[in-house]
Amino acid sequence: MGAEFVALSLPPIVIGVLVAIACALPGNFLLLRGQALIGDAISHVVLPGIVVAFLLTGLVATGPMLLGAAGAAVIAVVAIDAVRRLGRIESGAAMGVIFTAMFAGGVLLLEQSDTSNVHLDVEHALYGNLESLIWLDATGWASLTDPVALAGLPVELPRMALALVVIGLFLWLFWRPLALSTFDEGFARGLGIRTGPLGLALVIMSAIAAVAAFDAVGSIIVIAMFICPPAAARMMTNRLGHQVAWSVLFAALAAVLGYVLAGYGPLWIGASDSVSAAGMIATVSGIILGVAAVAGPHRTRNG
Amino acid sequence: MNLTLVTDRDTDQAVRAASPLAVRGMTVSYGQTPAIFSVDMTLRAGAMTAIVGPNGAGKSTLLKAALGVITPLAGSVTVFGGTMADMRDRIAYVPQRASVDWDFPVRVIDVVMMGMYRQLGLLGRVRGRHRALARDCLDRVGMADFAHRQIGQLSGGQQQRVFLARALAQEADIYVLDEPFAGVDAATEKAIVAVLQGLRDAGKTVLAVHHDLATVPDYFDDVVLLNTQVVAAGPVADTFTEDNLNAAYGGRLTTARADPESVAG
Ligand SMILES: Nc1ncnc2c1ncn2[C@@H]1O[C@H](COP(=O)(O)OP(=O)(O)O)[C@@H](O)[C@H]1O
Ligand SMILES: [Mg+2]
Repeated sequence: MGAEFVALSLPPIVIGVLVAIACALPGNFLLLRGQALIGDAISHVVLPGIVVAFLLTGLVATGPMLLGAAGAAVIAVVAIDAVRRLGRIESGAAMGVIFTAMFAGGVLLLEQSDTSNVHLDVEHALYGNLESLIWLDATGWASLTDPVALAGLPVELPRMALALVVIGLFLWLFWRPLALSTFDEGFARGLGIRTGPLGLALVIMSAIAAVAAFDAVGSIIVIAMFICPPAAARMMTNRLGHQVAWSVLFAALAAVLGYVLAGYGPLWIGASDSVSAAGMIATVSGIILGVAAVAGPHRTRNG
Repeated sequence: MNLTLVTDRDTDQAVRAASPLAVRGMTVSYGQTPAIFSVDMTLRAGAMTAIVGPNGAGKSTLLKAALGVITPLAGSVTVFGGTMADMRDRIAYVPQRASVDWDFPVRVIDVVMMGMYRQLGLLGRVRGRHRALARDCLDRVGMADFAHRQIGQLSGGQQQRVFLARALAQEADIYVLDEPFAGVDAATEKAIVAVLQGLRDAGKTVLAVHHDLATVPDYFDDVVLLNTQVVAAGPVADTFTEDNLNAAYGGRLTTARADPESVAG
């Protein structure tokens, strides 16, 4: 059990937890700013970036795909901002325009190009391949302290850990101005806080989470984790710091429970196949949100 | 001609240096037509000044542009003769209450602490004296018992008092408030007026957008009548006249003012 668990289940669970927390952290602020759909938009617009990267290099390699995804995310962020300013429309509508256009472009590119022989398809974009992120060098729990074995960890794990560290540092450093400008932008600007660049930095952090997570887990988890844990956490408390802590807890819980349920749940109920871990993790996060909405102590506002 | 120009500029420089907040040629546009156009405003130190004008006159816009909250098309601002960037610590701003999300997960005491952001910086530790100051500011607006309430649980008047407490925590020399009496109960209005007059008596300068013409002469020393442009500005006794009000409000004056008899003549 030990060796098999460490090699086959531990890496996907850890990666799932890292992804969930990396998305939930900025998700708290996006939600409070009424920009929750930015996470959704970013995780979809990375698709055309990845397709373009594949078409240009002919490789399904992490490097080019990450670059393509990051490029698409940057283009989307800038385009949303430009449409919002030039069109003088609110950011939600601007996101809708860019998000739809870029995702449609990505699907079109995917269907027009000869990508049928690789795992680059719409299903992969949605569900990723969390179950395949196994650690062949692991022989048991002792491998966790063995540098040689550790070097064989799936690359997604350190990549996701790095993204989480960057996002965590950003939130720690800019906690006060972020909270201030999210609550009262006019006052924040009166204090000399540059709310424009700060808001853009938050979106870039969200993009880092989405892009780093995309290849490993697909966009379903990313979208769910930007919204569900923060929304559930909001109903548990009336303090921002506590809300963020709850969202981290809910995100981790959804990742672990979702992975275990996907692997063993169908067996328990007599089915022979396991279901998609990504889909199950997203579902569990939705269930947590549902439970919080029914039983959370602060689910009603202004009272 | 040249000589007069230089002299004028020199005098204005002296005027601006003596004024806590001086605005020159401020023009702001959100679209085709300007919301405020070429506004000059010079606050008198140690005075309470009201900005009065009809809805959409650009009162909030003028405050925001003066504080650098929005970027004007043209215009300049001096604070005690210096630049806004250098003097920011000396100004406290209370935005319109409706401009924020009162469902935000934050307690009353946390909102007041926001007023100390420039002291605390990004990572500065909150110490006992910071908390003591926050409690003291809440006490001054009569909200000490509500420190640990979530802000969404407060009435409109209580929310406005918390906003004022946050401004007090800035320990500024100039207090700029946008409609501090809008939608508040009579007790809150009295409490806020008392605090503002206390600030004035301590030598601070107060600037407030005010919507109730009837109370302008009671509360304020100076008044700026605004309708996109400045219609008139100066001490209430000389400026707050029937003619000037008619000019500022156009035909809407009769509906705009609460009690025509009390408007100073
Ligand atoms: N963010 C904005 N975008 C577009 N127009 C605005 C914006 N804010 C204010 N305006 C317009 O500018 C004018 C002045 O607004 P405002 O300064 O809020 O007036 P007041 O505070 O005197 O009621 C109004 O016509 C208003 O509709
Ligand atoms: Mg206004």
